[in-house]
Amino acid sequence: MPDQERIPVLETRKLGISFGGLKAVSDFNIQIYQGELVGLIGPNGAGKTTVFNLLTGVYEPTEGTVLLNGVPLNGKKTHQFVAAGIARTFQNIRLFGQMSVIENVKAAFTKDIKYNLLDASLRTKKFRQAEQEMTDKAMELLRIFHLEEAADLPASSLPYGRQRKLEIARALATDMKVLLLDEPAAGMNPTETAELLECINTIRDRFGIAILLIEHDMSLVMNVCERIQVIDYGVTIASGLPEEIASNPRVIAAYLGE
Amino acid sequence: MKNNKTAQGILLNTIVIVVLFALFQALTAAFGGAGSFKLVLVPSLWQCCYLILLAASLNLVLGFLGQLSLGHCGFMAIGAYTAALLSLACERAGVFTDKSGAVYILIIFACILAAGLLAAVTGLLVGIPALRLKGDYLAIITLGFGMIIVNVINNLPFCGQDGLAQGSAAASLYKTGLGFGSKAKVTYLWIALLVTVLCVTLMFMFVRSKYGRAIRAIRDDEIAASASGINVSSYKVLTFTYSAFFAGVAGALYACATSSLSTASFAFTNAGILNSTFVVVMVVLGGMGSLTGSIVAAVIMFFVNYQIANGSWVAALPPFLNGVFKYPMLVYAVVLIVVIIFRPRGIFGTYEFSLINLAGDIRRARVRRAEAKAERKEAKAHA
Repeated sequence: MPDQERIPVLETRKLGISFGGLKAVSDFNIQIYQGELVGLIGPNGAGKTTVFNLLTGVYEPTEGTVLLNGVPLNGKKTHQFVAAGIARTFQNIRLFGQMSVIENVKAAFTKDIKYNLLDASLRTKKFRQAEQEMTDKAMELLRIFHLEEAADLPASSLPYGRQRKLEIARALATDMKVLLLDEPAAGMNPTETAELLECINTIRDRFGIAILLIEHDMSLVMNVCERIQVIDYGVTIASGLPEEIASNPRVIAAYLGE
Repeated sequence: MKNNKTAQGILLNTIVIVVLFALFQALTAAFGGAGSFKLVLVPSLWQCCYLILLAASLNLVLGFLGQLSLGHCGFMAIGAYTAALLSLACERAGVFTDKSGAVYILIIFACILAAGLLAAVTGLLVGIPALRLKGDYLAIITLGFGMIIVNVINNLPFCGQDGLAQGSAAASLYKTGLGFGSKAKVTYLWIALLVTVLCVTLMFMFVRSKYGRAIRAIRDDEIAASASGINVSSYKVLTFTYSAFFAGVAGALYACATSSLSTASFAFTNAGILNSTFVVVMVVLGGMGSLTGSIVAAVIMFFVNYQIANGSWVAALPPFLNGVFKYPMLVYAVVLIVVIIFRPRGIFGTYEFSLINLAGDIRRARVRRAEAKAERKEAKAHA
């Protein structure tokens, strides 16, 4: 159970957004603590991805705030959300297709590289050291996902399951505190899903991060998530432990219809 | 290990460049007085130099950043006019009296640098608002800015002085100190070559650093790039500015290599080689995302252009064919269509030539070809 004394890594207060007259998400409150794995579920069109877009600064909320370690992130742009420590993957995989696998990871290091244009032009010691360090770090990340031998292949040539993994590796490269995974198991076969689960557990233990997971695969959600929040029509209808959610009549109604 | 390879690469490239240049100097010594050398080869090399810079710098924006800019020649115009005006001012102020000696050479370099810097500043000012747009809209606004730049230059009173023309009436650039005659072009060819090598090197270094990775990431997926912590708008503006700098340098070389300077040569309606769309054709032909490709394509397009304009074989063609070459844009269109059919990603795709990796590249290409052959054989056997 989360320690109530601590500040949550990620917190939202009354978060909401309207598109014209349509309230896509309203009064969304969530607290995620370090090392936690929280699931966000809901029927199709419930607003899960919209929540993700709010949490990463893609959309600006019309009400409420997102706080990271207690610091509000209002008015910041996506790349500033990432710099603050929120990284994500996408429902429909978005890799840098023409770039090699290792370059995909290296690109995510960009914000942490300190050398300037002059260093790059003159290939100074600073430049060479930074590049070398980054290559090492990128290879280390690829090794976790068993992608090291594919490092120089174009990212778009990878099979689907490995593209998913690469996307997670790239998100990890941003050195974040919270990782948002948008349907990571979508389109995967059971073997790939099992592998992915193992990966998610490994990275959580290894990096000590908080993970928020959107997923349709109920067995996956029930197995790995410590807490689950359910939304429907942009409104939170339940939140709690997996077993509570599984037996909650409102959740069952939302999924199966009344 | 890797640092060692960088050092080796730099050493190897420097040696090859020095050897090539020494060879060239030897040729100059042998044939320097010959008419065709002085009147054809050297002026061609000057033209190739600024076309290479123009194409390679546009490739940064078009091929690596993935944004269609149609106003590149505007920045070149700024570079050309800056260099010529600065040189003219120095001449008037009596900084140099005869066109030789160390001071004069220093002035030329100062002009080239100033041309690049002013073009870069303009690039920054244009880029900040323009790069908020994407795709066709960006193309339209950059096209507009290109026209605006040309028109502004056209209407600034001091841009039409001795050696510089407002509108299309040509005056001799020679009076400004730039605008080299055929003899000076031979003498100062090293400046053009040195500047081109330096600038292309800088572009390579840019592309092969975090900047290159960031902008290629933006090209491949802008949303994913910003979700990976890349500040998309600032990298876009930076690249646009950097690209404008080299276009300005190309303009300065143009001012050195041409006898007269008029804004008409940079206008979008110009049917000649200095049309912003023509530069786009060069980049696409060579391969978007390959500086090597831009360099080769610039030389090819120069050659095609030169042959159309000057080749004796054109005049020898039957009249109905001969007429086609009166409209060079038709020929470029055919060249582009042929390339797109047979090599949709341009001649070089994203391949970059590198001396130190050449052996490995050739080996890999051989393996690939052998594999393809074996596959074809197998397919035949199946059939």
